[in-house]
Amino acid sequence: MSDVLLWLGVGFLGGCGAIARFLVDAIVSTRAAGRFPTGTFVVNLTGTVVLGVLTGLTLSGDALLLAGTAVIGSYTTFSTWLFETHRLAEDNERLLASANIVLSLVLGVAAAALGRAIAGI
Amino acid sequence: MLDRRELGAIFAGGFVGAVARAALAKALTHGPAEWPWATFTVNVLGAFLLGYFATRLQERLPLSSYRRPFLGTGICGALTTFSTMQVELLKMIDGGHWGLVFGYAAASMTAGFAAVFVATNLVRRAKVAA
Repeated sequence: MSDVLLWLGVGFLGGCGAIARFLVDAIVSTRAAGRFPTGTFVVNLTGTVVLGVLTGLTLSGDALLLAGTAVIGSYTTFSTWLFETHRLAEDNERLLASANIVLSLVLGVAAAALGRAIAGI
Repeated sequence: MLDRRELGAIFAGGFVGAVARAALAKALTHGPAEWPWATFTVNVLGAFLLGYFATRLQERLPLSSYRRPFLGTGICGALTTFSTMQVELLKMIDGGHWGLVFGYAAASMTAGFAAVFVATNLVRRAKVAA
């Protein structure tokens, strides 16, 4: 694959990942009650399961760059996760802010392991 | 209910953010026993940029339909990544590199939170001074 085509592919798939994140976040957020940022939480954990599967399938090179780095990397987000945590802390929702960090980290690693186990079946 | 131009702005921002993150990931590769500089850098930088853009757009600038989706949801969302960080942590755990596991997780949380905090307050201080 030519370099230009490969990087156009990375950009195109990255754009699609961002749109998927926006849509899933919107769908989940309208159904979730309370101040916990459930939309981003669901996006990040579902994306991590998929990246775990891709890792378990031992994709490498351009395939991993396109399916993993481009699509799933863009679908999941670190900046919104920390931004929402900061805004919760600012509003004195310290329990929710801490839960958002701890649950995401613990369940995130578990989601990656789950995905890899699924790929191994 | 879907706004096509809003989706277009998210797509364009996601394109830019993903290419920047993937280029850095290709340039700075690392083993499971090494600090993942590429992911760490884009995540902290993206958190700073989102703190800056989102605070300005919410508290300073007039309402705009396409800046937030392009800059925030698109660029910052796609420049940063949660999934890659978790798979990196899993591989560190596989290798038994526990110091790196806790160091990387703690440093990402601390630096990411501090980046949002500093960017937010930069915008707010400028507002008071203006």
